[in-house]
Amino acid sequence: MRYAMAIDTKKCVGCGDCVVACQTENNVPIGYCRDWIVENVSGSYPNVEIELRSERCNHCDNAPCVRCCPTGASHIVEGGIVKVTHNECIGCGACIQSCPYDARYSHPDGYVDKCTFCDHRLAKGQSTACVEVCPTSCLYFGDLEDPNSDVSKALKNRSWKVLAPEAGTKPQLYFLT
Amino acid sequence: MKEELFVSGRNIPNIDPYLNIWHWEIPIYLFLGGLAAGIMFFAGLFYVMGKEKEMVTTVKWAPFLAPVALVVGLFALFLDLKHQLFFWRLYTTIRIESPMSWGAWTLMLVTPLSLIWAATYVKEAIPGWNWRFSILKKLEAQIIKYRIHMAWVMMGLAVILGVYTGILLSAFNARPLWNTSILGPLFLVSGLSTGLAATMWMSKSHHERKVLSRIDMVLIVVELFLIIHLLMGMLAAGQAQVEAAQLFLGGEFTVTFWVFVIILGLTFPVTLEILELFGYKIPIWIPSLLILFGGLMFRMIMVEAGQITRFLY
Repeated sequence: MRYAMAIDTKKCVGCGDCVVACQTENNVPIGYCRDWIVENVSGSYPNVEIELRSERCNHCDNAPCVRCCPTGASHIVEGGIVKVTHNECIGCGACIQSCPYDARYSHPDGYVDKCTFCDHRLAKGQSTACVEVCPTSCLYFGDLEDPNSDVSKALKNRSWKVLAPEAGTKPQLYFLT
Repeated sequence: MKEELFVSGRNIPNIDPYLNIWHWEIPIYLFLGGLAAGIMFFAGLFYVMGKEKEMVTTVKWAPFLAPVALVVGLFALFLDLKHQLFFWRLYTTIRIESPMSWGAWTLMLVTPLSLIWAATYVKEAIPGWNWRFSILKKLEAQIIKYRIHMAWVMMGLAVILGVYTGILLSAFNARPLWNTSILGPLFLVSGLSTGLAATMWMSKSHHERKVLSRIDMVLIVVELFLIIHLLMGMLAAGQAQVEAAQLFLGGEFTVTFWVFVIILGLTFPVTLEILELFGYKIPIWIPSLLILFGGLMFRMIMVEAGQITRFLY
């Protein structure tokens, strides 16, 4: 099992529904978020391009945050999901420093918090909150090892990229371009 | 037409400004850890060499500073934690992959050792000192027999501690300025040099100061070379690293780095030490203070600058 997500940058309109859905589903404190929208505008007039990306933790295969955690609070569970055990986290900030995607933040209660791929929903056979609410259906989630999963099918016929592949973290968010 | 790139990027006011999660506590600890490592290394070294009588400050008196520095440093580390009540979790596990984990264990060994080493010299420092309890007296007599072993262990642990202060930073893939193993030796050499500076300042013997300042000169020159290597390595690497090096070569930290670290912290004190060799009378506190100040500034700048470097995408 290898959970992954594909994000269609051509379909995303940057509405931010995924952000709000996550905040509601996971009780994220007000003003914080586990996923976010990046808007990249590049080029110069008249050849300007815009790319919208719904980003979150990449649940890397080679996760630097898990390697540098001094207590083992950051760990990988079934399906490659990177999680933080709150009462083992000392809030040293090592994982925040080690993440090339800035996907972790310091929760007001002290521990470090991040996207969990809604594993509590996955356990019930549901998909993640962000995927469920996306009005343009630009997010695809599933098991990469299952050729019939949404994410596998989305990646099959499209070109895609990952972010900062040079960091060598083997990220598992695929951006369809 | 000139290519323009706008990155409006993400904007999360409660998170983005706080991703620079480390503030003054970490550089203070790195400085004090390096200082203690330097003091303990040379105390061990000169004891093993049998120069206890000749290098009396280095072996006996300066090590009183080491446990103080370590305890204050550890307190700074503790302050830095965001989930402080769970700090003991560090000691319920050993994670070889995480430098912070074995650093925490090193500190667990090195802090009591520095305290014991200093305690065996309390009697000599304070004439008429009485340990009060007979068990303490017996313990002291026993420990003093093993000083030579302690000295060896202390040297080893001091090197690990000194290297650790650098490796702590270099473990972070996502911060291109830090992600180079040269920080290990660089912070070790810098730590040894600050330790020597503190010892020199305390020493009253002309001979001892001369020996120490000669070692210090070599260390400072090595440190300068390592800094050049650091920047050269960065400039020869990928774009993220090149931009990290640019912070010191025209970027935001250029003036602070070159003025406070390279000139005031290293070049100027080493020049004073060389002049002293040629017979000029220079009050020892000037180069010592400058070296200590330079060491602290170096760590402040590295921690601060490292946190704004990142991968580009």
